[in-house]
Amino acid sequence: MSSADIYREIILDYYRNPRNFGKLERSDIASRDTNPLCGDEIEMQVKLGEGMKIEDVKFTGKGCAISQAAASMLTELAKGKPLEWVRSLAKEDVFKMLGNPDLGPSRVKCALLGMKVLKTGAYGYLGAHYDDPEESDLP
Amino acid sequence: MLESEAINAERMRADFPILSRKVHGKRLVYLDNAATTQKPQAVIDALVRFYSTYNSNVHRSVHTLGEEATAAYEGSRKKTAEFVGAKPRDLVFVRGTTEATNLVGSAWGEKNVKKGDVIVVTRMEHHSNIVPWQRLAKRNGASLKYVGLDPDGTLDLAGFEDLLREAPRLVALTHCSNVLGTVNDVTKLCSMAKRAGATTLVDGAQSVPHMPVDVGEIGSDFYAFSGHKMLGPTGIGALVAREGLLEEMDPFQTGGEMIREVFDDHSTWNDVPYKFEAGTVNIADAIGLGAAVDYLDAIGMERVRDHELRLLDYAFKELASVKGLKIYGPADTRSRAGVISFNYADVHPHDLATILDEEGIAIRSGHHCAQPLMRWLDVPATSRASFYIYNAQDDVDALKAGIVKAGGLFKV
Repeated sequence: MSSADIYREIILDYYRNPRNFGKLERSDIASRDTNPLCGDEIEMQVKLGEGMKIEDVKFTGKGCAISQAAASMLTELAKGKPLEWVRSLAKEDVFKMLGNPDLGPSRVKCALLGMKVLKTGAYGYLGAHYDDPEESDLP
Repeated sequence: MLESEAINAERMRADFPILSRKVHGKRLVYLDNAATTQKPQAVIDALVRFYSTYNSNVHRSVHTLGEEATAAYEGSRKKTAEFVGAKPRDLVFVRGTTEATNLVGSAWGEKNVKKGDVIVVTRMEHHSNIVPWQRLAKRNGASLKYVGLDPDGTLDLAGFEDLLREAPRLVALTHCSNVLGTVNDVTKLCSMAKRAGATTLVDGAQSVPHMPVDVGEIGSDFYAFSGHKMLGPTGIGALVAREGLLEEMDPFQTGGEMIREVFDDHSTWNDVPYKFEAGTVNIADAIGLGAAVDYLDAIGMERVRDHELRLLDYAFKELASVKGLKIYGPADTRSRAGVISFNYADVHPHDLATILDEEGIAIRSGHHCAQPLMRWLDVPATSRASFYIYNAQDDVDALKAGIVKAGGLFKV
């Protein structure tokens, strides 16, 4: 797969015009993380509604097109879903939103930073702990 | 090759087996030399020769292999020391620059840095010349202060003088910035620091591989560098100390090799530099570093510097025509090394590095282990291309073409 497939129009559009970018005035969950390798940074806020549904979610951050576009797309996907849904969210879901690009191990971490932030926040709220499987390069 | 002749980088590539490999079907254009350099066949051969013909522990083995290994290991210490104008007994083999700064932070710092003392570093340091001093300052109740930078990425001399008035205990600074490429006038800065009563440490990780260095002329108390950034293997580097200074210091790690006598309740220490080389040392890689020093000596460091300056001038000229590309650091190439950090429009360095990789071009992207500097530059990351002896104008041309391609993909 070539970089032309990775940096498709839609990725660049989300990078330059990120949906749900900003901060919520009132939120129930807030979490933040960085990718220590590259300094990519994502902060996410979730507001819960009736039945523990994700009523609103916003993010801020800086980083590469992949990390920012993936985080933005994730906020769109998450809106309206029950908080429990975050538990079932898998990395494949994120890859699918990005068009299943062949990212390679170092860029996969960029793609999944937003999911990690969302999961860390949601798991914490639900009284659980999220262990990121992408955290380490150990086999 | 004659001493005066310019380096023929294309011809030199034949000495580096890795440079004939392809990446994504393209010629490897290796521009990540500030991170680590490639290895010539002579260095690889030295490692193979050691392991296949005289592998042995050093210093206490009386047999033939032991004597050969000791002679090669100590021969490498002599070469490496002479390469930077030092005496072998003042050179401690370490894992790299990071271990050198940690060694000084512990073996010199614990004894000499007291509550209320000031340690001075600069805004352009690599984390390896910041974090050991942060920890030392915390442990001993000292404070860590930063010399700022002028807008062009050179050291703020007035600010440096101000901090010297606080009579710092230690001044730790880099000879050459791994991000900005700025070459500091360490001879002058060390002499100023010395007059203020400070002990000095110079991080030479980006200078020893790229220009002539004479630690006696520089006059620093400590000077540290890494082997793998100068054609040598990973896991070996050197700490060079001013004559007599190692004797005054406490041990770093303890155990075998570094002792003279061990009693039930106390021990006495081996002579320097062995006092700082606890355990079985990295024999093979030290010998490999010796082979790298031979290789560079045969070229001559003046010629290495000239080659990189010429390439730097060419790259500056070529990259100036790329609209939206911003280069950080001094505009005058004479005061910088062959390191170019840049950002290109709104293409994030990681995206650029991915696109360049597809063209077989290896650059670095990220914070380059210099987060305080990134904050000063007010960018989360930069792209960095860094040169060495096997790079030529065709590499710069490939880099430029790759950047233009990224511009097309990103519709810059």
